[in-house]
Amino acid sequence: MHQTDFKYQRKDLPAGFSKFGFAFLLIGLILAVAAFFVDQSRAAFNYLVIYMMIVSIALGSLFLIALEYVAGADWSTPFRRIPEFFAGLIPVLFVLVIPLLLLNHDLFHWAHEEAVKQDKILEGKAPYLNLSFFVIRTLVFIAIWVLFYFLLTRNSRKQDTTKDQTLTSKNIRFSAAFIPLFAITITFTAVDWLMSLEPHWFSTIFGVYYFSGTVIAALAAVTLVVVVLKEKGYFNPWITDDHLYSFGALLFAFVNFWAYIAFSQFMLIWYADLPEETFWYLTRWEGSWVIFSLLLIVIHFVVPYAMLLSQPAKMNPKRLKFISIWLLFAHLFDLFWLIMPNMQPLKKGYVFSWIDLVFPILGIGIVLTIFNFIAKKENLIPVGDPKLKRGINFHL
Amino acid sequence: MNKRLFGIAALFKTPDEIIRAAKKTVEAGYQKYDVHSPYPVHGIDRAMKLKPSKLGFITLVFGLTGSALALLLMYWTMSVDYPMIIGGKPFFALPAFIPVTFEVTVLLATLATVIGMITFFFRFPENDHPLHDTEYMKKVSRDHFGVVIEASDKHFDESKVREFLSSLHPISLEEIYYSEKETYPVLEPKFVTFLVVVALVTSGVTYFSLNKLLYMQPFTWMMEQPKLNPQQPSTLFADGFGMRTPVQGTVARGFIPYPYMGQNNPTEVLQNPFLPTKENLKLGEAKYLTFCSPCHGNFGDGDSRLRGQFPNPPSLHSSRAREFSDGMIYHIITNGQNIMPSYASQITREERWAIVNYIRVLQRAKNAKSSDLQVVNKETGNNASN
Ligand code: HEC
Repeated sequence: MHQTDFKYQRKDLPAGFSKFGFAFLLIGLILAVAAFFVDQSRAAFNYLVIYMMIVSIALGSLFLIALEYVAGADWSTPFRRIPEFFAGLIPVLFVLVIPLLLLNHDLFHWAHEEAVKQDKILEGKAPYLNLSFFVIRTLVFIAIWVLFYFLLTRNSRKQDTTKDQTLTSKNIRFSAAFIPLFAITITFTAVDWLMSLEPHWFSTIFGVYYFSGTVIAALAAVTLVVVVLKEKGYFNPWITDDHLYSFGALLFAFVNFWAYIAFSQFMLIWYADLPEETFWYLTRWEGSWVIFSLLLIVIHFVVPYAMLLSQPAKMNPKRLKFISIWLLFAHLFDLFWLIMPNMQPLKKGYVFSWIDLVFPILGIGIVLTIFNFIAKKENLIPVGDPKLKRGINFHL
Repeated sequence: MNKRLFGIAALFKTPDEIIRAAKKTVEAGYQKYDVHSPYPVHGIDRAMKLKPSKLGFITLVFGLTGSALALLLMYWTMSVDYPMIIGGKPFFALPAFIPVTFEVTVLLATLATVIGMITFFFRFPENDHPLHDTEYMKKVSRDHFGVVIEASDKHFDESKVREFLSSLHPISLEEIYYSEKETYPVLEPKFVTFLVVVALVTSGVTYFSLNKLLYMQPFTWMMEQPKLNPQQPSTLFADGFGMRTPVQGTVARGFIPYPYMGQNNPTEVLQNPFLPTKENLKLGEAKYLTFCSPCHGNFGDGDSRLRGQFPNPPSLHSSRAREFSDGMIYHIITNGQNIMPSYASQITREERWAIVNYIRVLQRAKNAKSSDLQVVNKETGNNASN
């Protein structure tokens, strides 16, 4: 049915967003600071996990926005504001990254000059893996993301009042420029912040591996918010079962994509059996890490695959809400699995510490608070977008 | 002849109209109806209130069957029936099996889906559906959209259906009848012959063009190597021989030189280093029967099986042969004697000594003393002296 009688009334987000966000932020912050005093190295690694998680959600959301523009998709227009709000985390990365840059000595083996001097391989990698170039890269990448965040969202916001269609074509051009830059920067980000934790190891597919998780995290975050807001009446009647089905199908596709990439990386290394590559997996097979490695397959692939397989499941709001929380956890778990075994005292196996539980609280706090802060000032629906009508009338 | 009505069809110009028409038809309570369009119309299944397709179950069942079959095949061939070590991996190397399992899963699932869709849902092969060859079908497969309400519907009433369809403002209405003259059964000889001819011609042409006309080796790295096969001439070496003799003094792996090679009646021979154990004698028997018995006979009597194609050798039970030292027999096998050739290149050193030991057994058996018999009787519990 055509909903030509489109009337949008701005409503404040549910109070829960700000209340929970603030509470999580406060508790998380206090505990995180305490953690830093107890065990600085462990806190640093944990903080890196949630930093990468926030990068995933923020950058992944910006990618989803750009994808909508270049692909000419209209089904995602009605809720495009949600990824725009999540992408609002990108400027905050400038602040969030500072502690990590200061703690480089705890995180990165290659940041120890005396260790590099005794190591032929690290010496060879030093022209790339050195602190000043690393810092420059990190900041330049964030600057690129911030630039495109502002370009894309400013136009989108302006359109709400001006209804100017040329803004859409401008955004298409910006998006087309952004996507290759995104591919390059996300690859180097994955190499810099995840792969270089084990500076002797290398895997050419690693950037794609992180990308697959990134899209899952961003999609899951957007799905979760859209379904929650739809249930509270914010998106009625504009988001239909057909939209939900598309969320489910996309999540399902990227769950498969992640498994495909993860397995490709594993199988080539397993098959070639070269010691300079296998040790990375062997570390993750050491002691209790083996449980994490096996659980990763179940959490990140088997369960979401089974839960999203059937057609009705893909558009069931309850199922979608559950699975998007599940997948957010799965990506966090994936990052944990990528990052934590690189910590020297954990090389022989995982040992539990309360610090590991603290940082996700902080992460949720940061994401919710920023989301709420930006969403407060904006329309929940891009009312001036020329594609909106088609997006609302979207049918499979 | 009495025409039998199949249904009444209405044609529309736009997808929006057909969605509205489908909705109205459902609302009017008709169940036996169908909608036709030249391309998939978004939202039509919801308008028609179609239940989710059951096709997915076929896909699921056959996909799982594919995974199971592929895994079982690889498990059986690679781990049970013909275990081979590949790249130092375990016989059941699951990661290496996953790509194949995945492919077979997808293959079986898609094939089953397509075949299931065509047979169960499109009821293929249905050669004489009344809608075939109608003006209506020509239009809806080009640029029109249509809905047909079938006469077999519970609520079908010709005038009411006409009235109802007209109320949707179609561009035309058409009555569709069952074809009156002939039907086209699937197993009609002409049709079957036609299918067979098509199958033969296409497979023949495909075979001929791919294997004869256009045959190209997919890659030739293994077939065409810059190397010489045995006995081939060489342009590189001055003497033109492709096969080279090893460098002077080259020794093959495990080679132990035999010092009396070429001597006809050596004054000195080797000592037998092997004890005639059970295994040693078994080996000796096997090798004797393989290499020596054609000329010397199964028991060394010199009764050749060669029927005069080669001179018969003397018996190995002559006193001369019995008085040979072990080393002398070894010498004869290794070096040959007169017209008997050397067996040094066919039979290994250990096997030669085993044959020597076995010949000793044969000789002793043919010339057994009574004390030997007593020992044998004691061991076997026989009373052979009677
Ligand atoms: C191609 C047929 C042939 C085969 C096979 C053969 N031999 Fe002979 N062998 C002969 C002939 C012929 C002679 C007699 C040579 C001569 O004139 O001195 C002989 C001689 C001998 C003699 C010396 C007998 C004597 O009284 O001088 C011995 C011992 C002997 N063979 C052992 C063997 C053994 C052991 C084998 C198996 C490895 C073997 N031969 C295989 C043809 C054969």
